[in-house]
Amino acid sequence: MDIPFLTSLVIFLPAVGALLTLALRDVSSIRWAALGTTTLTFLLSIGLFLGYDPSVSTAQAPQLVDMSSAWFPDAFDIKYFVGIDGLSLLLVMLTTLLGPIVVLSSWTYIEEKQKGYYALLLLLQTGVTGVFTSFDLFLFYIFFELTLIPMYFIIGVWGGKDRIYAAVKFVIYTLVGSLLMLVAILFLGYEAGAAVNNGVFTTDWYTLLEYNVPLATQGWLFALFAFSFAIKVPLFPLHTWLPDAHVQAPTGGSVILAGVLLKMGTYGLLRFCLPFFPNAAQNAALVIGILAVIGIVYGALIARVQEDAKSLVAYSSVSHLGFVVLGLFAFTTEAMQGAVIQMINHGLSTGALFLLVGMLYERRHTRLMDDYGGLASSVPVLTTLMVISVLASAGLPGLNGFVGEFMILLGSFKSTVLDSVLLVAFATSGVILAAMYLLYMVYRTFFGELTVEANAQMADVNGREFLLMAPLIVLMFVMGFYPAPFLRQTEPTTEFLLNRIEEKRAAALEAAETPRASGRVPVAPPEGAGEIRLDAEALSAQP
Amino acid sequence: MNPDVLVRLILLLPLAGAVLNGVVPLFQPQFRTRETVIGTLGTAVVAIPFALTLYLFVTFGGDPFVAEFFSWMAAGDLDLSFAYRVDELSLLMTLVVTGVGGIIHLYSIGYMHGDEGYWRFFACLNLFIFAMLNLVLANNLPVLFLGWEGVGLCSYLLIGFWYTDLSNSTAANKAFIVNRIGGFAFLLGMFLVFQELDSLSFDVVLSEGPSLPTETLNWIVFLFFIGATGKSAQIPLFVWLPDAMAGPTPVSALIHAATMVTSGLYLLARLSGLVLNAPVVMAIIGVTGAVTALMAATIAIAQNDIKRVLAYSTVSQLGYMFMAAGVGAFFVAIFHVVTHAFFKACLFLGSGSVIHGMEEVEHGLAHDGHDVSDFDPQDMRTMGGLGDYMPSTRTTYLLATLAISGIPLTAGFFSKDEILFKAFEYGYAGGETYAYAVWIVGVLTAALTAFYMVRSYVLTFEGTPRWPDADTHTPHESPSSMTVPLWTLGGLSMVGGFIGLPAVIQGGDWNWIHHYLGAKYGGPVAEASIKSHVPLALEWGLIALSSVIALGVVYYAWSVYRTEGLAYDDVLANRFGGMYQNWGDAYHWDDFYENVVVETVIDGLGRKAFAAFDTRVVDGAVNGVARLSQGASQVLRRTQTGIVQNYALALVLGVVLVVGILLVGV
Repeated sequence: MDIPFLTSLVIFLPAVGALLTLALRDVSSIRWAALGTTTLTFLLSIGLFLGYDPSVSTAQAPQLVDMSSAWFPDAFDIKYFVGIDGLSLLLVMLTTLLGPIVVLSSWTYIEEKQKGYYALLLLLQTGVTGVFTSFDLFLFYIFFELTLIPMYFIIGVWGGKDRIYAAVKFVIYTLVGSLLMLVAILFLGYEAGAAVNNGVFTTDWYTLLEYNVPLATQGWLFALFAFSFAIKVPLFPLHTWLPDAHVQAPTGGSVILAGVLLKMGTYGLLRFCLPFFPNAAQNAALVIGILAVIGIVYGALIARVQEDAKSLVAYSSVSHLGFVVLGLFAFTTEAMQGAVIQMINHGLSTGALFLLVGMLYERRHTRLMDDYGGLASSVPVLTTLMVISVLASAGLPGLNGFVGEFMILLGSFKSTVLDSVLLVAFATSGVILAAMYLLYMVYRTFFGELTVEANAQMADVNGREFLLMAPLIVLMFVMGFYPAPFLRQTEPTTEFLLNRIEEKRAAALEAAETPRASGRVPVAPPEGAGEIRLDAEALSAQP
Repeated sequence: MNPDVLVRLILLLPLAGAVLNGVVPLFQPQFRTRETVIGTLGTAVVAIPFALTLYLFVTFGGDPFVAEFFSWMAAGDLDLSFAYRVDELSLLMTLVVTGVGGIIHLYSIGYMHGDEGYWRFFACLNLFIFAMLNLVLANNLPVLFLGWEGVGLCSYLLIGFWYTDLSNSTAANKAFIVNRIGGFAFLLGMFLVFQELDSLSFDVVLSEGPSLPTETLNWIVFLFFIGATGKSAQIPLFVWLPDAMAGPTPVSALIHAATMVTSGLYLLARLSGLVLNAPVVMAIIGVTGAVTALMAATIAIAQNDIKRVLAYSTVSQLGYMFMAAGVGAFFVAIFHVVTHAFFKACLFLGSGSVIHGMEEVEHGLAHDGHDVSDFDPQDMRTMGGLGDYMPSTRTTYLLATLAISGIPLTAGFFSKDEILFKAFEYGYAGGETYAYAVWIVGVLTAALTAFYMVRSYVLTFEGTPRWPDADTHTPHESPSSMTVPLWTLGGLSMVGGFIGLPAVIQGGDWNWIHHYLGAKYGGPVAEASIKSHVPLALEWGLIALSSVIALGVVYYAWSVYRTEGLAYDDVLANRFGGMYQNWGDAYHWDDFYENVVVETVIDGLGRKAFAAFDTRVVDGAVNGVARLSQGASQVLRRTQTGIVQNYALALVLGVVLVVGILLVGV
């Protein structure tokens, strides 16, 4: 079945749903409208999965493309350009899958101002899906910023006690990064436009990919982009917004945040930083690898001493995302595929952990582990779900977490770019530490005797809660035992990217050895955009 | 029948059992008490694979075959499948796992009767068998690792089975985390193998691995050995096993004695071709095994909990197996794995039967209004004379005790003696001096083994009862579902050794297990090549020495404990003083790990260093910047006077400045 504009539909249907909820009055119909929209979006996104053909090369264009003509054809080659390739596909699927799950998890959790909450949630989904499907850097940036506003309000309005502090911190951190990225985007757009687009400013991903950024500018352009994405990931030491945001956010917000919002950082690194600035990225690989590994160990050790279950899961994210970053900067197929699959895995298992902690909070209005204890006797099903999610998160073979971590570490170990066995050994120690803090949480929360009456009376998961957990649990097993269909979808794209990275790296080195021989723009000072354009015109006029 | 289908059934039946026993009762509580259904199903899904394996075993033609199911993960050079390897080694291990496993499942039907978590227990036990079969049948390292971590998970779930008592859950966490340390080394080993060979399949690893440079091989084997010390409870990672006895006793028998803990040896035997080319690590393996064996045997002497004696005994016996691996006699290690599975499972199940009896006494005492808060049904000091009430348990326990003590012609005699002989031979004919040291420690440990095992038997079954009101409160023999497994294993402890008759008989031609597994007869297990032979007379002499030691120590321990009973422990305590105290405290390994590693390093770093760094330094910097910009805006806001003329003035000044700069051409 061919649905026209499928990609755009998947992006914007939630936004339409957001408008719909604004028009509705009573809480029940708002919730159902939100659930209906997100479920429909998910069903449509299955069409993307089926419609995407990994055997067709994405070297020239993504698949399932929706594209407008340039908005300002003479001056700026900026356009609406969305599509699907191996990188986007699974992340879009994860986003659309988490949509209805988050709505269901908020069903009774959000007790006031439901209309605004669900509208923002839906708007957020549009932003995130847009990020993962944009093949125009400018469009990407718009979606990237679009996610900021709904998340700010979700934390700031429906959050916990210190929600304002957390929300402001979240926004300022992210804005600082993304404004720097904006500068870099503008510069890159002019430079690339001058070099490969007849002097017209461009943010088309494929055109930008054509352009070999000179070595001298790669360094700081990479730094600006990477800084912005590193905040989002978050990479040590830029992570301190994350625990605050997670702890304060309502469950639904945390799930979206951990599940997909953080992936915008790792996705950005992979989509833009590595292929656009390959030499700089490889030069920085070891430093970033070290930061990633510090994050793995550091996040894990802090997670272990938390008293608050949600805070523990939040720090575990810092630790787990470190694996993804390490995998990206290893520049091997194994590690990069592992990183891509680990982004999904982290979304599933950490999403599940936040949902379960949220269920406990909804019942007892506390997140302190010491307030629980012995829950295995009163809520056996919830306990089982938690133990499975914990094991998935700790990377037990047979569950999803192992596949990603294993491939990342295996690929990083043999990486000639990182070339540090010791670094990978430290990263691998994360599997020990993960078991330590996660099992400790289970131990404190679920085992022992029931000493508190409220815990003994606690209700086990209800039908709605089970329904929302079931897809995650099933996927943990599927991705653990049979990740092959997912890996198949992404492999051609990662292979393509790695090849392009290698080609471009070599080309940039060659260009540096024979300066100006290639006829590309010399390194331009970044002061005035106008001057650069003049330069470019002058150059293109030359024979 | 098609072997592919058989392998599939062997693997999937236990999994199906685990899913049925686990999922249905979880959601339908009325099924949780259907003990007959759960127990029968749980046992059948292990017994049927045993029968199928037996069929494979009998019809096996000698050529290994690989059953490949479906692709697991693939990327770049990595291409992993769920592939299983059927050869002599995996067949033998599968027989032990499903055979001994089936017997223990049967025993559990009676043992776990009436427990609230009956369904959970069988689900976990079935899952364990599934994981263990993955471990022994895997054709590549990651599938083996799947089993490796899977058995670790089941061990965790079963040690913490009675989770309302937090000390059980503590032991479970400890087991999982210590095993993860081993898993960490295992992972690094795999990464190194992949870096060198671009493959993790045994097809490639076993054929190309041995020709890797020695230094690389040393690292690979060393990493896998560290992994093995976790699973197989050797120094420095043995500390989890004694605590693991917190689990139900069938678990101790199956997982923590007969099968899971031997997986480290299985790994070394599987990789024997590689290990033999890493001589430095072989010496480390042999010496580690010897030291562990001796250390654990001394600890076992000073334990009073019947299961802890057996736990340290297991650590010690595993040390013997590592000694065998360390002198290049991998098939002997597997031989001891098999015989040890028989007699140690028998001992553990016997102790379970005893514990049942003592719990009966405890309930009787509590019923009569005695204070039983200090009554420990596992403490041998309150036992004594149980043999009169539990004749089957006593006899089978005695048979297994004789076997582990190395009384001639029992199973333990043949396998242990073969280990000692191989160690001696490797020193004598192979020219490796460390092998002599291993041999001496092995002989000494054999004497200690006989001593502490007879002590545990006599204190438990002989003499007169030491619990209060022993006339009115007496235990009863366990039901036949428990004694039949005991007799089966007791019988095997007697005759199991005949699969590996020593070289003095028919020049070794009757050593079936050697011919079956050994690489020089076409099997999968390599062994060290020996330049010359130990003279026949010397070999007989060694056998005589072992026999004399075993018989002598058994007689000695029997006589002292039979006459003096518990009082002889005090004699030992006086004679050995502080050393005896150290044995009782297990050389303070736990204190070291708890206080130094966990408290100081892990939690200390986390709480005092990193968490503080996070809030003070990183967040301090962030909040500092925020305060700075706030301060700056306090200053700058003064420019926002709200008077339009001022703004206009500033605008004009700005324009003048810009134009000026442009004109000057800076």
